[in-house]
Amino acid sequence: MPLLLVRGGECRDSGSYCCRDLAVCIQLAIVKPAIFDYHAPAALAEAVALLAEAGPEGRILGGGQSLVPMMNFRIASPAVLIDLAHVPGLDAVSVDPDGSLVIGATATQSRVLAAPETAGWPLLRDAITYIGHPQIRNRGTVCGSLAHHDPAAELPAVAVALDAELTLIGQDGSRTVPAAEFFVSHYETSIRQGEIVASVRFPARPVVEGWGFAEFARKHGDFALVGAAATASSDGVRLVLFGIDERPRRLHEVEAALVDGGFTQAALAEALASLPDLIHPMDDSRGSAEFRRDVAVEMSRVALLDCQERLHA
Amino acid sequence: MHESDVSVEINGERLTDRVEPRLLLSDFLRHRARLTGTHVGCEHGVCGACTVLVDGEPQRSCLVFAVQADGRRIDTVEGVARPGEPLTAVQRAFKDAHGLQCGFCTPGFVMSVSALLRANPQPTDAEILDTLAGHVCRCTGYRNIIEAVHLAVAYLAEEARS
Repeated sequence: MPLLLVRGGECRDSGSYCCRDLAVCIQLAIVKPAIFDYHAPAALAEAVALLAEAGPEGRILGGGQSLVPMMNFRIASPAVLIDLAHVPGLDAVSVDPDGSLVIGATATQSRVLAAPETAGWPLLRDAITYIGHPQIRNRGTVCGSLAHHDPAAELPAVAVALDAELTLIGQDGSRTVPAAEFFVSHYETSIRQGEIVASVRFPARPVVEGWGFAEFARKHGDFALVGAAATASSDGVRLVLFGIDERPRRLHEVEAALVDGGFTQAALAEALASLPDLIHPMDDSRGSAEFRRDVAVEMSRVALLDCQERLHA
Repeated sequence: MHESDVSVEINGERLTDRVEPRLLLSDFLRHRARLTGTHVGCEHGVCGACTVLVDGEPQRSCLVFAVQADGRRIDTVEGVARPGEPLTAVQRAFKDAHGLQCGFCTPGFVMSVSALLRANPQPTDAEILDTLAGHVCRCTGYRNIIEAVHLAVAYLAEEARS
């Protein structure tokens, strides 16, 4: 379900972050957006200039699958929308000479899922199949999902698991931010005012690598209650959980225990036994902290077992 | 207020109009194009009733502004079979398999299933469910809708043979 995201975490009812429970939400009386000015620049530099001119009232429109629902409910009411759809080349999905995958700002999730260029990043592809539905993925973008940073969304966790880097462009030029530093808190990232996510880069993967992705949601396509993304190769083990914290959470302790234990079944059982004490999930109407903790262990187990199986396949 | 000119090809006919940027494509279709077959349910992308084809791909018309559809090709349920034309295989299958009761959600289902079977005439059960999961139906319990997709696959195969 692509919605109900209160930016910065201010629910008018509870004062906490958005619980996404339609039955309890008091912010949903209006379903038409407020007035705004619309720009569809034909060059990225023009988009940057328009965003600078708009100041804090400006928002970038990518696929709109999170922003438009927020605008329909007036949870967001930007005065200026800058649509990137007409910037040529920004939808590119390509593999660089160094072997890394580069996904442009307006490349849709459906396109990334189907592009032959993404075959070497199966974890990314698999995670995309959990996002909403084909009808949402046909418009929703990979970069937009990262910029939006719902802490229960799949792609931020995958970006952290795969050491992705985001390229941000502003009036002072461009800079690169590693995914591990990009996500700050619920719906907050290190994007500065006036900056646009131009692309995301996923480094080449080891030749032999296992991977696993698992999430628990009430129904397919909903945001996850808790999910896990994992990789394993001779370079080490990586485990990232989402839905348990204000941003994707890497489990360094579990990773180290698995590497030290040789990634055996016994090491896995021991590492997972230590997991509940390492995390402090939130309580809300969708699930208690205790339930989330149990689900986090199970999702980690599924993702890591898939990793083991694929590593030795 | 800055209004914009939009020119959209809807079911093969061009419609040019002047709109506020905040006008949703769903409302543009219903109130400007007077095509009320596209239904509006939740208006936040969950229910799927407003699904139309944008350049051939199913998308939520409530999550697209009309200005974003400028220069695009839109297909709505009105264009699936014109008045007087025989129903398409997908429409016949929904009718024959009782894949609808009140019909509110049906235009969205018909658009998504038509697009699925055009791209993939022999979808797997998983592919069918992935597409249908993007739609909510409060009457049928979904069994008959899944049945309707299987029947549509059979009807299309029959049409291809003859």
